[in-house]
Amino acid sequence: MPQGDIVVRNLIKRFGRFAALRGVSAGFEAGRLHAILGDNGAGKTTLLRTMAGLAHPTRGEILILGQSPRSACRDIGYMAHPSLLYDEMSGMENLRYFAGLYGIRDDARCKEVIRAVGLDPELTRPVGQYSQGMRQRMSLARAILHDPKVLLLDEPFSNVDVHSAREMVALLKSTRDAGKTIFVVTHQAALLEDVADEFLWMHAGQIVDRTRTAKIAETSEQPLRVS
Amino acid sequence: MNEAPASLWSVAAATLKKDIRLEWRSKDALNSMLFFSLLVVVIFSFSFDPLAEESRLIVGGLVWVAFLFAAVVALNQTWARELRNQVLDAYRVSPAPANALFVAKVLGNFIFVIVLEALMTPLFVIFYNLRVLGSAWQLIPIALLGTWALVVNGTFFAAMSLRTRNRELMLPLLLFPISIPAVLGMVAGTTAVLTADNPAHFYIVLLLTYDLVFTTAYLGLFETILHAE
Amino acid sequence: MKRGFLIFSVLTGILLAYASYQALVAAPTERTMGDVQRIFYYHVPSAWTAFLLFFINFVASIQYLVRTKPSAQTAAKWTFIAIGVTGAGMSFLPAVEQQLNAIGMRPSALATTVLLLPVFYLLLGKWFPGERLDVLAVTSAEVGVVFCTVVLVTGPLWARPVWGIWWAPGDIRLTSTLVLWLIYVSYLLLRRFSNSAQTQMLAAALAVSGALDVPLVYFSIWFFRTQHPQPVIGGNGSIDPRMMQVLLLNWLAFLCFGFLVCWSRFRLELLKREVEEAYAMESLGEPVHAAPSMPLKGSTP
Repeated sequence: MPQGDIVVRNLIKRFGRFAALRGVSAGFEAGRLHAILGDNGAGKTTLLRTMAGLAHPTRGEILILGQSPRSACRDIGYMAHPSLLYDEMSGMENLRYFAGLYGIRDDARCKEVIRAVGLDPELTRPVGQYSQGMRQRMSLARAILHDPKVLLLDEPFSNVDVHSAREMVALLKSTRDAGKTIFVVTHQAALLEDVADEFLWMHAGQIVDRTRTAKIAETSEQPLRVS
Repeated sequence: MNEAPASLWSVAAATLKKDIRLEWRSKDALNSMLFFSLLVVVIFSFSFDPLAEESRLIVGGLVWVAFLFAAVVALNQTWARELRNQVLDAYRVSPAPANALFVAKVLGNFIFVIVLEALMTPLFVIFYNLRVLGSAWQLIPIALLGTWALVVNGTFFAAMSLRTRNRELMLPLLLFPISIPAVLGMVAGTTAVLTADNPAHFYIVLLLTYDLVFTTAYLGLFETILHAE
Repeated sequence: MKRGFLIFSVLTGILLAYASYQALVAAPTERTMGDVQRIFYYHVPSAWTAFLLFFINFVASIQYLVRTKPSAQTAAKWTFIAIGVTGAGMSFLPAVEQQLNAIGMRPSALATTVLLLPVFYLLLGKWFPGERLDVLAVTSAEVGVVFCTVVLVTGPLWARPVWGIWWAPGDIRLTSTLVLWLIYVSYLLLRRFSNSAQTQMLAAALAVSGALDVPLVYFSIWFFRTQHPQPVIGGNGSIDPRMMQVLLLNWLAFLCFGFLVCWSRFRLELLKREVEEAYAMESLGEPVHAAPSMPLKGSTP
């Protein structure tokens, strides 16, 4: 039986004849940065979505700080592969709307998070005209808007230039050091090599390995020791 | 941080404001709806060339069929906006009540369709040389209640068809069977007012009942639909 | 289980054959309508069976929707009990009694029907726990649509020679049956086209909305004059007792037949779901609980 602040018990998520998650069990401690690695279709995104409360598990259970994901939604920040932003509105307009959903009414907080991700809150351009890197940062800003204790990030560095990606990693590091728990699904394990506390390896809907570093597994052809 | 719990009405108001702002910037739904129902009116006027007496009998049906089709165009649009970049997920992970989204969408669609009806009705009057024989004010409650019925159903089933393959095709397939009593009420009510043959009260009561029953039911069911993944 | 099914199907076959004989040969010929009236022995039992199945679908859908929420579950249960008790009591109020007699219905018949609602609701929840409720909903909707189709086909066949028209758009029973059929076809379409992992919930929500629609459909058409003959059961629409016997016999046969089809469809759907699940869990090439420290087969290209 897995133990920890965030617990996933025998999680199965099935879409008809396809099982995206096939019995995932794991416990995680708060205040760590966990990188989730694996091939396409390994179930990483589905795992993140069920942890965010977006998808109901077919079977099994998730406890985020002792609560179901839906009840813990104020403590969860979720960043998906698509931006989750309205293309036609500016960054500030977007954040103001999403802040309202969490009952946050002051613009100061929106400006604060936009600056935190290295963007300018005064930018009036609609998000649709942002570069991919800027959009990803704005998306991250939306995820951390309500100062969640647990951050679930799906491919935050994809299509982002190396410089911006480094900045985002630095931001994640400081967020983790401030006591937040972070899960990052990524293909760029190298970026997180020095930051992540743990690497989770997923394959075919299961967690097949948990390692301290990304290197060992990355060099071998089959990174698949079941621990 | 001042984190007051997000109330249904404040979230609904914010969502409605955002939707209207987005619609104002693109005007996608409104323009396509307007043009679409203009086309329907013109085509109907070619297909039927009635005398004033006959037109009173058929216009009720024509008007509402035109609005029904136009509304489907609009209803597909409202949720399409939430699907781009999967923005709906951002709403779904937030603690904001699901019904706030539903209320906002229904109100938004209601405003759009009412605007459309206000613009299209003169066209019908012109094309069909209409003169109302009954008490014309009764058309207002029929239009308001009927539109509400269409929109509340349509918003709910559009949300449901988000979870289907060929989403845009699915909406009318789900919407039309359930809406039959409402459509019957609107059409028969409008005809009753136009011809003054029989009283329209019954249809107003029917539409009111329909609206109450389904608005309540959908408020109870929407959360399930929104989170059905 | 298998033997029970076999015995039951043989019995149903015999019953259907006997009922058909009774309906087509033994029952007296109606004076004014002639032999065409005999279609009524298929029309009416199909209608009753279809309505019963749709009702089962409705109850199963509600049960399925509230299944995971204890508060909603209690609320739904007490709503049903309240409806049953007040409905049964109401049917004996003098004012209501008068109304019922006017349209040819016995208060006791209505009271019994209404009282059966909560009983049915509670039993269904007990007999079909969890996912089985959804299997039951799907089964009853499918079979119900088939019986309803029979009703809609036999109706016009009878109406053409008797009323002189195929279809009476203003007729209350005709039109509401058609709408009911449309609603349940859209229900089956939704199930077919859904790509959600929670199709069951969507379908259940649609079923509940559809069921709420039925009384409204009925009332909306009520305003028009009905051309349909008076109801036969619990009413004083005149019918030869011999015909009544044959009708009830046919209904019994149709019920058995419907039950038989539902039974096999239910088991088929259960099996299908089991297979689907097994397939999903095995599909990527390795069993779920792979032995530790074995290289997983699926990973080598």
